[in-house]
Amino acid sequence: MAKIVGGINVTHVPYIGRAIANNLQQDAYWKPFFDGFPPVRDWLARVKPDVAVLIYNDHGLNFFLDKMPTFAVGAAPEYRNADEGWGIPTLPPYIGDQDLSWHMIDSLVEDEFDIVTCQEMLVDHAFTLPLELFWPGQHPCPVRTVPVCVNTVQFPLPTAARCFKFGQAIGRAIESWDSDARVVVIGTGGLSHQLEGQRAGFINKEFDLMFMDKLVTDPLWVTRYSVPDLVELTGTQGVELLNWLTCRGALSGDVTKVHGNYHIPISNTASGLLAMQVA
Amino acid sequence: MSGSKQKRAIPGTTLFDGDMARKGYALNKMCFSFNSADCRAEFKADPAAYCDKWGLNEQQKKAVLSLQVLDMLAAGGNAYYLAKLGGIYGLDMQDIGAQQTGVTKDEFKAKLVAAGRK
Repeated sequence: MAKIVGGINVTHVPYIGRAIANNLQQDAYWKPFFDGFPPVRDWLARVKPDVAVLIYNDHGLNFFLDKMPTFAVGAAPEYRNADEGWGIPTLPPYIGDQDLSWHMIDSLVEDEFDIVTCQEMLVDHAFTLPLELFWPGQHPCPVRTVPVCVNTVQFPLPTAARCFKFGQAIGRAIESWDSDARVVVIGTGGLSHQLEGQRAGFINKEFDLMFMDKLVTDPLWVTRYSVPDLVELTGTQGVELLNWLTCRGALSGDVTKVHGNYHIPISNTASGLLAMQVA
Repeated sequence: MSGSKQKRAIPGTTLFDGDMARKGYALNKMCFSFNSADCRAEFKADPAAYCDKWGLNEQQKKAVLSLQVLDMLAAGGNAYYLAKLGGIYGLDMQDIGAQQTGVTKDEFKAKLVAAGRK
């Protein structure tokens, strides 16, 4: 059966794409963010995943508000990035893993998660930039991919408890896949930030640091909060931490922290990075 | 508007729920078109005509033409879609944040940096 080697959660701000394109990794503004990644790349080089399952939210590239699934799973042979309208470079296609996609779809629906399936799917910066950060400049990306979209855009959003259970179901799906593949689960977005309204620029360092700590040792801690509570505590986009929680749900047994980084600000966002290993 | 449930009040924040999604549909749909460079060019050539083409109501059109983000939000705009409109004018998230909070861009950026020192 396939093995989950661990999970990585990371921020997905669009302007990271521009910073990479302009080689600004060692620029004073960006350095504290980019310097978080070498230890995670070293860990990936050791655990050698073949496939990455990426849990993220689409920002109006693949899904519009005409059809907005709560949970969607990609089942395409490849996933293309495209113009998102805000001037960041479009990246080359990513290779899919249709065997794992369909195994996950079968397993998730059997497990009572009635996901939307996508045989064509555009992937936005929330999918592409984490892969660029973990495997910089490697095109095609050295891992096959399965995208999983969670609605964090249009309320009602799935509850934190539901996202954790969805993650657990993803974990069961991967671990029941008849393959010798090694799989890393990646959750992207957050941490605290709010783009819109009179509260734009809201950041909550204290909550973020607590969340990152609890996510490793006691992930159910955050399920005490309702989605509106999480918006109040972390901002309208900080609620993307649901993708981190979904990723964590996929990791079972003894989970230990490999490496973490936290820096304020990248654009309007408190940036976070957390790699976790499964024993 | 559907009012079966009392809405949670979060200061300075509007949750993009079903009511807002209904209200803002035409505005957000127009902004979704800005994923295409051709559509961005067409908008730039005649913003008012482009708003009419997508069926924006007067409130939405006025907000777009005056480029007032808080007004666009009140008209049902969603942040991710409005950001695509902001991109046409070369506005980044600090420009948009500063406008919404009534401070200069430098002041807005300083506030973000200060949040990291707490």
